[in-house]
Amino acid sequence: MRKIKIFSRFERFWHWSQMAVVILLTLTGFEIHGNYEMFGFEHAVRLHNAAAITFIILGFITIFWLFVTGQYQNFIPTRNKLKEQINYYAIGIFQNAPHPTQKTATNKLNPLQRIIYLGLLILIFPVQTITGLLYMYYHYPENPIDASGLWIAVITHTLGAFLFIAFLIVHVYMTSTGHRITTNVKAMISGYEDEPITKEST
Amino acid sequence: MNKTAQKLTTFLVVLVLPALVIFLTVHFGLRKGTPIKMEYQVRAEMGKKVDHSEFEILKQEFKRPQDVTAACLSCHNKRDDELMASAHWKWERETNLPNGRGKVNIGKKNLLNNFCMAADGNNGSCMRCHIGYGWQDKSFDFSDPNNIDCLVCHDNTNTYKKRKNSAGMPATAENASAEFPVPDYNYVSQNVGKPKKENCGVCHFHGGGGNNVKHGDLEEAMLNCSRSVDVHMAKDGKDMACNDCHLTENHNIKGRAYSVSSENTNRSTCEQCHTSAPHNDKVLDMHNIKVACQTCHIPIYAKVNPTVMYWDWSVAGKRDANGNPITEYDNQHKYSYISIKGHFVWNDNVKPDYAWFNGTADHYLYEDTIKTIPVKINTLMGSYEDKESKIWPIKIHRGKQPYDTISKQLVNVKVFANKKGEGAFWEDLRWDTAIYLGMQYTEREYSGKFDFVQTEAYWPINHQVSPKEQTLKCIDCHTRSDEGRLAKLSGFYLPGRDYAKAADYSGFAIIIISILGVLIHSILRILARKNNL
Repeated sequence: MRKIKIFSRFERFWHWSQMAVVILLTLTGFEIHGNYEMFGFEHAVRLHNAAAITFIILGFITIFWLFVTGQYQNFIPTRNKLKEQINYYAIGIFQNAPHPTQKTATNKLNPLQRIIYLGLLILIFPVQTITGLLYMYYHYPENPIDASGLWIAVITHTLGAFLFIAFLIVHVYMTSTGHRITTNVKAMISGYEDEPITKEST
Repeated sequence: MNKTAQKLTTFLVVLVLPALVIFLTVHFGLRKGTPIKMEYQVRAEMGKKVDHSEFEILKQEFKRPQDVTAACLSCHNKRDDELMASAHWKWERETNLPNGRGKVNIGKKNLLNNFCMAADGNNGSCMRCHIGYGWQDKSFDFSDPNNIDCLVCHDNTNTYKKRKNSAGMPATAENASAEFPVPDYNYVSQNVGKPKKENCGVCHFHGGGGNNVKHGDLEEAMLNCSRSVDVHMAKDGKDMACNDCHLTENHNIKGRAYSVSSENTNRSTCEQCHTSAPHNDKVLDMHNIKVACQTCHIPIYAKVNPTVMYWDWSVAGKRDANGNPITEYDNQHKYSYISIKGHFVWNDNVKPDYAWFNGTADHYLYEDTIKTIPVKINTLMGSYEDKESKIWPIKIHRGKQPYDTISKQLVNVKVFANKKGEGAFWEDLRWDTAIYLGMQYTEREYSGKFDFVQTEAYWPINHQVSPKEQTLKCIDCHTRSDEGRLAKLSGFYLPGRDYAKAADYSGFAIIIISILGVLIHSILRILARKNNL
C-alpha cells in the first residue's frame, strides 16, 4: 500500500462546505415546498435565501479556483475507458475485477464521474440558481415580462431539487465502491488515497 | 510532526471552515429586521382651541337647529361651500365606473344595497345619518346652507343627538323624550371642536340598523377598546380618532367605502404613516407588492360584537297565531328572525374572505339587469395580473332580496313609514304595496311580479388592526391545507400552497428508482463477495 495525494485543501473545503450548504438548501427547500415542517416556514425561507447566497458565493470562488489552477480539466468528459467504467459498475465490481481507471492528482474523476459532475455543474446548479433568483426577485408585474405566476421557473426548480436528491443518494452509495468501502470518503477527508501496489503501478 | 500538521489541516478544511460557512449562513439568514416604529402626535393634541363659549352669538336663544348653523357660518364663512360639495352632504358623487361603464353620479342616494336595500324613499329613517336637517323627501333644499348640521360632527359634549325616524332632525319641545331630549344648543355650540370617534361612530358604527351590522370592522366597542381589538384606537394605546388616519382638509375627508365608492383616489392608507416598507425586512416588505397590509394585520374582524353575514328578506312578514310580528333570537342573543326584516345570520371573530383588489369598484345601478346569481351589489376590481391589485381582506355580506321577475331588476322597497297604512313593509308587512311604492318613489318601472334572489356585497376590511404579535403567520397562507387563508384564491403560484402534481410525482419516482438501484446493486455486491471468497 502507498498513499497518493488526490484532493487539495481547497477541494476538500469546497466539497464539505458545499455539502452542508446544499443539504440546508434541500431541507429548507422541501419545507417551503410544503412537504413537511422542520424549521418553521419563516425560518425555512430565511435560511433557504441565505444558503442560496452562500451557495452562489462558493460557486464563484470555486469557478475562479477551477480555472486558475486548471483543475477544470478534471470535468472535461472523455470517451476513453468510458465503456470499461460502465462495465466495471455493471459487471466487474461483482467479479472482484480491478478498477479500470486509476485516480491521480491530475485525473481525479473517472470517465463516468466526469459526465455526471459536468452535468451537475452546468445543468442543475445554474438552473437552480437562475430559477431560484427568479423566484426571489422577479415580481410580476413589477417586471415587464409576464412569467405567468412563475409556474415554469418553480416547476423547473422543484424538478432540479428532486434530481439533486437522486444524485445525492447514488453519490453517497458510490463512495463505497473504492478499494475498500471507506477509501473514497477517507480521500475526501484527508486528501490521500490508499493505493494497493499492483504490478502496473510499481 | 508532519503528520500532526496534516491532521490539523484536515481538521481545518474538512470541519472547521465548512462549519464556519454554515454558521455564518444561519447567523445572517435568521437575522430579522427591526420594524420601523412610528412617532405620531394625535390631532386632538395639536394646536390651541378657540374658546367658543366667549362668543356672544352662541349665547342667543336658539329656536331651531338651523339657527345654530347660521351662527356658525357667520364666522366660518365659505365652509358651507366645502360641505355642500361633499359626499356627506350630497350622498352621491360624480365618478368613473370601471369596465368602461362611464361617468355616473352615484352614492347612498341612489344605490341599492343588500341590507335595508336602499335609502332612497326611506328618508325618514335612513336620512337620520345625513349631515343635514330634514331630508324628508325630494323637496329637501340642498342649496340652503342653514340645512347643514354642523353639530352632529363637531359636538364635543356627547349630548347632541338626532331623533330617530325624523329625517335627521333633533327633538323639538313637542316630540322630546328621555332618550332624545331637545339639545342644549348653547352648551353644545359653545363646546365644539374636531370630530371625535363618537361623532363619526354614531353613523358609521350603526349603518344597516344596528351596531356593527354593516362593516364588521367598525363598531361602538372601538370607542373603548384594548389594543388587541384595534391597536390604533385602543384606550391603552395611542387612542387615535378617525381623522388621525382619515386626514381632512377643507372638509374633504380621505377614505373610501367601496360599498358606494368606485375610484382609487383620495384614499386613506396605512402607508401614509407606515411607509410601504415598514418591516425593515426584505422578505416581509416584498409582500407589499402583492398583499395589502390589512391582509396580515387584520386576521379577524367583528372582534367584540357580531356583524351580520346573511340577511334573508324572503322569509320576512310572518305573523304568529294572534297576527303579531315574531322575533326569534340566536344563542348570541342577537335576533335571528324578525318579521319586519327576515332571517339573519350573525358572526363574531370572523376570518375574512380574500380577493384581489385594485381600489376601483363597480356597482349595481338602477338600470342594470340581473346577469349572474348571486347578484353582485358591488364588484371589487382586481386580479393577479393587474399591477395595482393586492390581496385584500373582505367581508362578503350575502343576502336574499326582492327583484322584478319580468324586468330582471333588483327593486326599491318602501320599508319605512312613521305609521301603519301607508304601505311601508315595516308597518304593514305587505311586499306588493311596499315594492310598488318603492319603485314609484324612485321613478322606476315595476311589472308587479317579484321574487327573491341571492345577492352579495363586498366590503374591504380596514379597521380593527391587531397588535403585531397577533398578525397572520406565514403558514396561515403558505400551506397546502384547505383551511389556508388563501386556499380559494387561484391564478398564481403561492409557495407552500401550490405544486405541480406531475413534477412532484415524477420527482418522487426518480428518488425511489435511485434508492432501489442502490439497494439492488449493493445486495448483488454482497452476494458476489460471498461467492468470491
